[in-house]
Amino acid sequence: MEQSAFKTKLKRILKSGFFSFWRSGFVSVASMLVMIVTLSVIAGVVFTGAILGATLEELRNKVDVNVYFLTTAEETDILGLKSRIEAMPEVAKVEYVSREKALEAFKERHESDAITLQALEELGDNPLGAALNIKAKEPSQYESLANFLNEENILSNQGSRIIDKINYFENKVAIEKLDRIIDSADRLGFGLSLALVVISIIITLNTIRLAIYISREEISVMQLVGASKNYIKGPFVITGFLVGLSSSLITLILLFPVLYWIGGLTENFFIGLNVFDYYIQNFIQIFLIIIASGTAIGAFSSLLAVRKYLKL
Amino acid sequence: MITFDKVSKKYNDEYEALKEVSFVIGPNEFVSIVGPSGAGKTTLLKMLLAEDKPTGGTVLLQGVNIHTLSDREINDVRRKIGSVFQDFRLLPQKNVFENIAFAMEAAGKSDEEIDSDVPHVLELVDLGSKIWSFPHELSGGEKQRVAIARAIVNQPDIIIADEPTGNLDPVNTYDIVEILKRINDLGTTVILTTHNKGVIDSVGKRVITMQGGKVIRDDPTGKYIL
Repeated sequence: MEQSAFKTKLKRILKSGFFSFWRSGFVSVASMLVMIVTLSVIAGVVFTGAILGATLEELRNKVDVNVYFLTTAEETDILGLKSRIEAMPEVAKVEYVSREKALEAFKERHESDAITLQALEELGDNPLGAALNIKAKEPSQYESLANFLNEENILSNQGSRIIDKINYFENKVAIEKLDRIIDSADRLGFGLSLALVVISIIITLNTIRLAIYISREEISVMQLVGASKNYIKGPFVITGFLVGLSSSLITLILLFPVLYWIGGLTENFFIGLNVFDYYIQNFIQIFLIIIASGTAIGAFSSLLAVRKYLKL
Repeated sequence: MITFDKVSKKYNDEYEALKEVSFVIGPNEFVSIVGPSGAGKTTLLKMLLAEDKPTGGTVLLQGVNIHTLSDREINDVRRKIGSVFQDFRLLPQKNVFENIAFAMEAAGKSDEEIDSDVPHVLELVDLGSKIWSFPHELSGGEKQRVAIARAIVNQPDIIIADEPTGNLDPVNTYDIVEILKRINDLGTTVILTTHNKGVIDSVGKRVITMQGGKVIRDDPTGKYIL
């Protein structure tokens, strides 16, 4: 019996919320427009985050440390050192460039430079040493990595030194600067995104509060006929939820043509990330973020606003 | 039985809207409360609906101090009191049927009861043909009849009518007073506040006259000071 009364009450709240959303017309549309702006800001933050992340990742990938070996270093000693470096937690990737590959690459780079190639011919032997190209997980970890390679007395099986030079120390200033730029951009991006999202949410909260302010007389009448607080709040929360849901769906639909249009621009401008492709590939996550944000903001702000007028 | 026992209401420690007001209203009475603006009539009704709390004295409804009740108990009390206001206070997004049904839903009535009682109560106030109209499609008199239908649909023990004819023309005023008299004849206590001498005279029952937050006359034969 109690369950059936609850079901009836729930059905009435849902019906009343839906009718109120539908019949409020202009007020619902105004709330939805503001909500669409807020959700677009949230979507914009997601895409900006992706662009920034991809750009910073690309910059991170451009930073590496090369360890050049003496021409006398044995391949087995170098590969042994490669395994040791790979085992270090801060290391993301180590690539071995053999003497032969280094020579090939050198020739390719200088194929139009006849004098250099001739000089190489005259030398007879391969003058280039092998190298290890090391990528750390974070640019800040290169210093400790380079120090390890420099301070560790890395020797061959016969006890002779095998490392010729480590290029980190030549690029140290540039790497540190880049690291600081990446770190600042990361923090600034997060801070700006957070501020934008908070401002948008506050604007939406106030719009919905204003929409409910119009209904304050209604709320007092509902109380005077003996409706319980939850029975009064329910339809307003449902209306807020529906405003959020409709706005979310409209925002998700609007994003298709907008992102399709700017996708090419972002691809050319930001190291190859096409936001339209990103949207399609991550549609389920973005759909959930937008729907959850819209419905939560709508329902929560309605609840906050209606509570204010339930003071009788 | 409604008892006001030395009820006072002060706002901001300065303005005193009610000054030790005392009276008793028995079952099935029709009581008009008259007085100029600011006399304390509306404040008095707010006390009875637990919209506002007195700063002194007690308001008893059937022997219970309504200002000591929980929210849930206050809702139960309000379902036993039908309210009619000068500005009608209909829910603008709901049609006539839904406005009246809302009061029944709040009282936990079933859909079957709502479907049978709402058309019936609308017939009582001669508005059967307007059942699906929205408030903005009704005249002032029609709106007030909807408000009365909403007030009586749960068969309350008491009807409170706060200046119900204040926004109406003489014809509609007469109709509304006649409806309230009929409701009273059926056994419901009616408490009416008004400025309108014609209304008080046509009711011809007990009148409480208020001025400056005090009861200055309580006459069972309908005499008053205005």
